[in-house]
Amino acid sequence: MKTDLDVISPLIPEDLLLRVEAKGINRRDFIKFCTAITAAMALPVSFIPTVAQAVEDKRPPVIWVEYQSCSGDSEAFLRSNHPTAGELILDLISLEYAEVIMAAAGHQAEEAKYQAMEKYKGQYILIVEGSIPTGANGVYCTIGGKSAMDDCKMLVQNAAATICVGSCSSFGGIPAAAPNPTEAKSVSQIVPGATIINLPGCPVNATNLTATIVHFMTFGKLPAVDRLGRPKFAYGKRIHDNCERRGHFDAGQYAEAFGDEAQRQGHCLYKLGCKGPETFHNCPTVRYNEGTSWPIMAGHGCIGCSEPGFWDTMSPFYRRLPKVPGFGIEDTADKIGIGLAAATAVAFGVHGVASCFRKGDAMEEDKVVKED
Amino acid sequence: MLRIYYVWEWPVRICHWINVLSMIMLSMTGFYIGSPFITAPDTSMYVMGWMRFLHFSFAYLFTVSVAARIIWMFIGNHHASWKAFIPWITAEGRRNFIKMFRYYTFTGKKITYEVGHNPVAATAYLGIFVLFVFQIISGFAMYGQFAPGGFWDGILGGLNVLVGNQWMRLFHHGVMWLLAGFIINHVYSGWLMDIKMRNGTMSGIFSGYRYIEPEDL
Repeated sequence: MKTDLDVISPLIPEDLLLRVEAKGINRRDFIKFCTAITAAMALPVSFIPTVAQAVEDKRPPVIWVEYQSCSGDSEAFLRSNHPTAGELILDLISLEYAEVIMAAAGHQAEEAKYQAMEKYKGQYILIVEGSIPTGANGVYCTIGGKSAMDDCKMLVQNAAATICVGSCSSFGGIPAAAPNPTEAKSVSQIVPGATIINLPGCPVNATNLTATIVHFMTFGKLPAVDRLGRPKFAYGKRIHDNCERRGHFDAGQYAEAFGDEAQRQGHCLYKLGCKGPETFHNCPTVRYNEGTSWPIMAGHGCIGCSEPGFWDTMSPFYRRLPKVPGFGIEDTADKIGIGLAAATAVAFGVHGVASCFRKGDAMEEDKVVKED
Repeated sequence: MLRIYYVWEWPVRICHWINVLSMIMLSMTGFYIGSPFITAPDTSMYVMGWMRFLHFSFAYLFTVSVAARIIWMFIGNHHASWKAFIPWITAEGRRNFIKMFRYYTFTGKKITYEVGHNPVAATAYLGIFVLFVFQIISGFAMYGQFAPGGFWDGILGGLNVLVGNQWMRLFHHGVMWLLAGFIINHVYSGWLMDIKMRNGTMSGIFSGYRYIEPEDL
């Protein structure tokens, strides 16, 4: 019997694999990498050889910069291992500048960055991590005496494409949360109209970043995006709609408190404030740390970290709805709503009692017939 | 001599009662969706599934009813017309609005004698129509999230980005409570006017007829 796989026959040419091996990359790891990344981009099996070809012969220059960040996205990427994605991609791209892992320091490092920018003008991929402070002319974040604002503008304008990793560079993230003292902004706010793709998440999922880079290497352009500039292959579905606890949601089985029987049974975390129903990300399918786990699997509700302004709009993280502005933290929308309805009922009740004692306002008095 | 007026035509009455039924069902199922107060004892049950099914089904029914009523504003009689909901554009309407408002606040003695809506009620209904349309739009915008790129996401999904996903939920939830407050007000006022006006205010929404003394108009 013929299977789909036989028909498509996704063969990576032998000479390509030999060249890969000559670079010191394990052939099995390379095939696994190409297969996994093709799947991550939601492409059919037949694209594996195309992806392998692109990945092998192009070695795109990449500049990775950090502004107001915690380096969490760098960490997530460097610690990734799916299948050895981080290591492999580091062999397959030419990382010209990356603060976390480069050997150079100080003015030398900055010099290398500008040289790479000049040398690969219009060809390099720029990866931005962290938001850009714009308050007080950008003095809250400077690199080698240059503000993040100026640095970012210059690098984005000379890049072939810019990939924003993490929620900070994509949407402002935590630095931009109220009251946003540094007036932090996202890259697309700093350089509107540039070729930018957002990979929000706190941190970014390394698999999605790798797939985005590989997509650019394979097709020479960034993948299709949604309204918020996020690639559809990774942010095209709600967490809720792919969640492993969804069956319990539909059934009506909810954990009421951390550590209760329902939570131990793996029931839905909806009532504990899970924001899966309002968050678009592929966490349930791709997961983190070599596909080991992800927040909801580990027993904690989603906090909606890949949505704009998540720190302000997704909090309180253990409640379903945001707190109502102008009311105390303990006042939920329902408490206020019940109060409103009760106040209305009381007000009209009082009005009704008063109206009963009103004389001379009833109509058609002359038509009313008094029966014995 | 008292005369019988046909005020509320059948489409107005049908839409009114479909709206009542839908609002009750939508509020109950919607409240459950926001805060599931029944916990299913068994995984084979489908409590939230049914609640959502009912919510979305009545949402479509409600949308059709509100749309039909808005269309009827342009083909129905003058009591059903869109002009009836903006009474304060005429001098008489403004005068009657103040008179009615003063009656409600115990600062005036007389009720305005109307065949259809009184100007204060009509203004409230205008606000209610705005809230209805808001609930329909915000509801379907959130509903569309299950299928990005689908019909509802295509026409309304941009609002989720503009307003923010969670604020949409909060507003949709808050308007439910405003409508609950309105229903209390509406039933009370109808009852009060039924007693004071003696013209069949309450039975009118069932039968369509009201009993009017033309000399008093």
